[in-house]
Amino acid sequence: MSVHPTSHSFKDNASRAIADGSVPRALKNVRQNFIDKRVKAVDALPEFEALRESAREIKNHTLAHLDLYLERYEQKVKDSGGHVHFAVDSAEARNIVLDICRKVGARTVTKGKSMISEEIGLNGHLEAAGIVPVETDLGEYIIQLRGETPSHIIAPAVHLTKDQIEKDFRRVHTQLDPNRDLTEKRSLLTEARTMLREKFLAADVGITGANFLIAETGSSVIVTNEGNGDLTQILPRVHIVIASIEKVVPTLEDVSQILRVLARSATGQEMSVYTTFSTGPRRATDVDGPEEYHVVLLDNGRSAMLGTEFQDMLRCIRCAACMNHCPVYHQIGGHAYGWIYPGPMGSVLTPSLIGVDKAGHLPNASTFCGRCESVCPMKIPLPKMMRHWREREFERNLNPAVARYGLGFWAFFAKKPWLYNLSTRVAAKAMKLMGRNKGRFQSLPGLGAWTQYRDFAVPEGETFQAQWKKRAGK
Amino acid sequence: MSSRDTIFASIRRSLHVKGDERIRSTIVDERLDRSPKGVVPARAQLDSAGKLALFIEKAEGVQATVARVLSPKDVPGEVARYLRDNNLPAALRMGDDPRLSAMPWKDTALDVTTGRSNGLDLSGITHAETAVAETGTLAILSGHENPTTLNFLPDNHIVVLNASDLVADLESVWARVRKKVGKGEMPRTVNFVTGPSRSGDIEQTILLGAHGPRALHIVVVEG
Ligand code: SF4
Repeated sequence: MSVHPTSHSFKDNASRAIADGSVPRALKNVRQNFIDKRVKAVDALPEFEALRESAREIKNHTLAHLDLYLERYEQKVKDSGGHVHFAVDSAEARNIVLDICRKVGARTVTKGKSMISEEIGLNGHLEAAGIVPVETDLGEYIIQLRGETPSHIIAPAVHLTKDQIEKDFRRVHTQLDPNRDLTEKRSLLTEARTMLREKFLAADVGITGANFLIAETGSSVIVTNEGNGDLTQILPRVHIVIASIEKVVPTLEDVSQILRVLARSATGQEMSVYTTFSTGPRRATDVDGPEEYHVVLLDNGRSAMLGTEFQDMLRCIRCAACMNHCPVYHQIGGHAYGWIYPGPMGSVLTPSLIGVDKAGHLPNASTFCGRCESVCPMKIPLPKMMRHWREREFERNLNPAVARYGLGFWAFFAKKPWLYNLSTRVAAKAMKLMGRNKGRFQSLPGLGAWTQYRDFAVPEGETFQAQWKKRAGK
Repeated sequence: MSSRDTIFASIRRSLHVKGDERIRSTIVDERLDRSPKGVVPARAQLDSAGKLALFIEKAEGVQATVARVLSPKDVPGEVARYLRDNNLPAALRMGDDPRLSAMPWKDTALDVTTGRSNGLDLSGITHAETAVAETGTLAILSGHENPTTLNFLPDNHIVVLNASDLVADLESVWARVRKKVGKGEMPRTVNFVTGPSRSGDIEQTILLGAHGPRALHIVVVEG
């Protein structure tokens, strides 16, 4: 299953998702479980704002010296007995991983959750070569059974209901008693745990991503809750880390700063359950851990983002707060974005990585309400960058609608009064800047259809903005 | 040109640098050398009693259970009680950490085996290097003393923590690790563990016991 972007048909994808109506239903839990918990965790830490600023500075400093930190990091990995491989693009990264797997005669590989693996389409490549990749993160496991891509970067199966998952388990786990009771969520979890235990113990290679790479020590860091990433990397003979070049940070102190904003922004936890620092293969005195440790460093267009108006995007730590708080994401869901990175971060990153010609409409997937930027722990100016893309798109004249109406695709969202109702002053200002007549949006029909959504979104938006103002005023 | 060279050339082109500027290298090496601390939350800057109270509150807040004992020799009894109360077999796997080996396991009816986990052990015990009061996080270092598999494969993970090893914040963990293995070095694995394993992947409902331990029991030794 290689990842063919369909971002160019974003408009159709989005319309389909809206017509289907299942997305807001599936995403209703996001509020309680991501949005509310985040606010609580942030409120409980008086230093949160200072930490955001600190995290932003660390990444800016690292990006300005990225060549040097990568060199230091590479040297440290080698010193600890590991191997570093550089990959210019997805195809090269896939082949490096396949080569390592072939050299050790791997038949099955277990995988921790990795967006880079999704980005390079690794699973399809391994399968084509007769190697069985097994996703072990519960959400990734479920979507692998369904042959889908993730709809959210930290909750890949957020679009699915318990009943859908039950059906998939019955379809795939045919060796189990067909009359077993799977009505409880817990029994689904237990079943997945049992099925995957065998795979963990049998795998020849374990592949994980990395939330961070540390130049000071040559360590890779994974942040998880399930423990699957750890079982993936300590049990097989070979551990392969796949990570993009901007994941490097200077020191252990620096990573500690960013960890404090990561889990809080992602799930509202103060710390995720497992934060694991891995450095090289097992040592002479170890009784477990991998005998080989490889890091595949992927560029895939990122080095070209440095020094441009999109450099700030390279600070992203994939916490997903921007999509959790995005009214557009909530309405259309992650799959409508057509590639693996959804929500505001995807609208900025996807055109950078696959080309604006293939992702033309994504930067328009915004109400410019500004929430994404205000919750982003790395203070990435997402709306501003979406505007940059729209300008570039305009210059390249890739989008005739944009050329004709100035706003083009904006009209698509203009037909959704709930978006207008959600618009905060930021959005209003943005619209004014663009020379639109606000009244036009108000006169559009269809308000009733959005009541279900507005019940959730509007009060949330107001409290959020109100809280934000209070905090900013402090 | 190798891919490595291509990527470095591209980064340098974008940053408008050649890569051999002395000033840039000095800045980078100084930072790596000095490891400046950033913002450290005030929350855990407490005396030892305060730190311990905060640690316990935070650990229990993430569904770990905590027991306090007065001396290392009380640990086996507490572990036996924990297994009994939870209807678990009186069997335990551990590494060869001298602090654990020195405990009077023979005084209990526990069947204690040593070495890495084979995947069948129901309960494993490891000794924490330190723990972080700020978030209720245990820090466990890999090695034959405390094999990493014991932190993840057994259903029940028991961790012994000396109260005197508890630190306020993440930064203090690194100070300890550096003292032990040297600046710029790391054990093969450092595990930060904050509560038992969990997943929210089925309709965002948090369920404990995903792939790692279903239960985390911390025995704090205060003496
Ligand atoms: S852009 Fe910001 S909020 Fe969105 S995933 Fe990245 S770091 Fe998180």
